[in-house]
Amino acid sequence: MENKFLNGNMNQDDPGNYVDGKMWNSDGEMSGTQEKTGDVAEKKRWKPGREVMTMKIDSLSENEEFARVVVAVFAARLDPTVEEIDDIKTAVSEAVTNAVIHGYQNGEGTITIEAAVEENVLSVTVSDDGIGIKNVEQAMEPMFSTLPDERSGMGFSFMEAFMDRVEVISAPGKGTSVTMRKKIGR
Amino acid sequence: MEQSFIYEAKGQTLIIHMPAELDHHNCRNLRYETDLLMAENYVSKIIFDFSRTTFMDSSGIGILLNRYKQIKAGGGVVSFYGASPQILRVLKIGGVLALMPQYESKEEALYR
Repeated sequence: MENKFLNGNMNQDDPGNYVDGKMWNSDGEMSGTQEKTGDVAEKKRWKPGREVMTMKIDSLSENEEFARVVVAVFAARLDPTVEEIDDIKTAVSEAVTNAVIHGYQNGEGTITIEAAVEENVLSVTVSDDGIGIKNVEQAMEPMFSTLPDERSGMGFSFMEAFMDRVEVISAPGKGTSVTMRKKIGR
Repeated sequence: MEQSFIYEAKGQTLIIHMPAELDHHNCRNLRYETDLLMAENYVSKIIFDFSRTTFMDSSGIGILLNRYKQIKAGGGVVSFYGASPQILRVLKIGGVLALMPQYESKEEALYR
């Protein structure tokens, strides 16, 4: 079950368990661990025509800029327009910011960012081992925020606006993994 | 890199010069700093200057909306100038474009 779920996540041909573009397993829990994600990434790394980049960063707000710039530079091999580069940077910034302030509650932690290009599609997965999300559907609603005083609640809306597809896997205590895909050059 | 906001006061107007990269990290101080400025001075107009800004995400939208609500509650006005196409796109998706008048320059924002 766990592997099938993760394969579903990584393999674009297998839709996996999607509900409205979000993915869940049958008992509503996120399955898999960092090691397993790594294994899958390692196997996929040598698939012809697919190039993968993985980085691990400390959960620090100053790494938000670093993360989005690295992913933008990685995506440059698809020859994106300036606008597409800005879209990618904004979406990555949203996901990493969520990991820092929500996933790890501004505390210590490691954020893993995996980016892959295959043909003309960029996919980026930002994952954390933080507190997770109780209700993913609610979290993805525009203007919903658990910190409404300082945050606009538009993080997921921005990811959806700037990328073609956004999938969120999360459960309380099991971290959050956000996978975003974007076709470059239309 | 730490980037700071530069505040410029002209009468009851507060001009906030936004940093180059407007993300969560760089937005952290804005709330505290503007609260302090607005507690000490009577501010009826806020003008955001985006002419240095090349990147913005929803954290920027959050602070803009907060300042907007705060000023509007006191009957004041909020506007902006100097936004590049990328910043305008983010402002539009964030719903800010419909709330605040947009000007070409500081002078225009000040005297209209």
